[in-house]
This record gives sequence, structure tokens and C-alpha cells, in this order.
Amino acid sequence: MPSAAPTSRRPAGTLYRGREGMWSWVAHRVTGVLIFFFLFVHVLDTALVRVSPEAYNAVIEAYKNPVMNVMEVGLVGAVLYHALNGLRVIAVDFWERGPRLQKQMLWAILAIWLVVMVPGTYFMVARTVADLFGSN
Amino acid sequence: MTAAPLIDAPRSPRKRNRTRSRTNFELYAWMFMRLSGLLLVVLVLGHLFIMNILDGGVHRLGFAFVAGRWASPFWQVWDLSMLWLAQLHGTNGMRVIINDYAQRDGTRFWLKMLLYTASTLVLLTGTLVIFTFDPNIS
Repeated sequence: MPSAAPTSRRPAGTLYRGREGMWSWVAHRVTGVLIFFFLFVHVLDTALVRVSPEAYNAVIEAYKNPVMNVMEVGLVGAVLYHALNGLRVIAVDFWERGPRLQKQMLWAILAIWLVVMVPGTYFMVARTVADLFGSN
Repeated sequence: MTAAPLIDAPRSPRKRNRTRSRTNFELYAWMFMRLSGLLLVVLVLGHLFIMNILDGGVHRLGFAFVAGRWASPFWQVWDLSMLWLAQLHGTNGMRVIINDYAQRDGTRFWLKMLLYTASTLVLLTGTLVIFTFDPNIS
């Protein structure tokens, strides 16, 4: 009876499973599905401009409430990740050095994401924070 | 006597595998995801920057804001391109995900029918709204 193959924590032949490559792919799918469902809602809420200014303004008011404001930051974060990681995927597919640099590119886009999201979040929540906790 | 030139015997045509698609649809879909993705990076991130971050973000939005923007053909074309590219990009992404995770043939078929129906309705609604927008609607 042949002895069992030596067990390794690393799957044979690939470094893909469970590492940067896989998790960036999982996050790309999850953010993609979230964005798809938001797009669905967003086209329909915008379609209310064809009903009446009052109907449209009423639904837009809902987007200005603090809970929606938090979800807005989440949406922008999801879109920004999906966009940056999409560019990374294109680089992996079409740039000859892309596959070898896929991990470094992931950390690079995450750094860009953070650098954009910090001021971006500030501008998105500033009004809500002022309304909720402002002195006047 | 000179030797006759050597000519390869004719080969039989490659047999077509009946279960395989005759078209390159998946290749075109793959390419579309990358090309539309590049355009959407500009269109969608620009849209989010203007709508959510610039000059007070979402708090200045309303019917008057939309009317002001869609008075310009530039923003009409921007929004129409963004709608079509995003909806097709998203629908193809969902199609790939359904193909990956729905195991039974029937489930896969009906989920995709639901997806295509919903996507078509949203795409047509959005297009209609951009083309028939009336700033003086009461």
C-alpha cells in the first residue's frame, strides 16, 4: 500500500486558494452583486422624475437620512474597490508582468482605496455629523 | 526520373463537438467586461464624485438638480452610456455567478430568465426616462 502523500497546508500546484488572489476575487463578486442590486433600485428611484417632482424629491430625501448616509459610504467603497480591482484584473490579463505582480498590485489598490476613502468619507458624512451633533 | 513532390494526404475535417457552442459568445462577453469596465471606471467614479462628494454631495440633489443636468446633451449622453454599460456589465456578471453556483439545469435556466427579464425592464425604463424627461412636468 503506497504511503499517503505528504500533507501540506498549501494546495498542490497553486498558491491561489485562500490567498490574496482568492480573497480579492471573492470581494470582487460580493461588491459586484451589491452594486448590481443598487443599480436596479437607483434606476427605478430616478425614474420617479417622470412621475412628479414631489415623488422624486420624496425618495431623494430618504437618501439624505443618516442611516442611508452610512450605506452611501459603503456603496462608494464597494464601487471604488470593484473599479480598482477591475483595473488590476485587466493588468493581470493583458500586462506581461501582471500575473507575477498580482499580489503587489492588490496591496497597491487597497492603499489607493484607503487614500481616496478617508477624505471621501469625510465629505460624505460631514453634513450628517454636523446635523446630528452640531451645536447650532 | 525525378521524384514526385511529397504531398500530405488530405486530413478529415475536425469533428464538431455537439455539446460545445458554435459561437465565441463567452470570449466576447469576457472582452466586453474588460472594455465596459474601463469606460465605467471613468463614468461611474465621475458620477459618484459629482453626486456624492462634490459641493455638499447628496444634500443638494433633487428634481431641480436633475432638470439642470439633463438640460445638457453632454450629461444625457453620459448617463445613457453609463446606464447601458453598467446594466449590461452587471447582467453579464450575474449570469456568470448564476452559472457558477446554480447546480440544477432548471434552476439555472429560470434564474437567468428572471435576470434577463428584470434587466430588460430596468434598461428600457431608464432609457425611456432619459429620452422623455420633461423639466416642466407638474
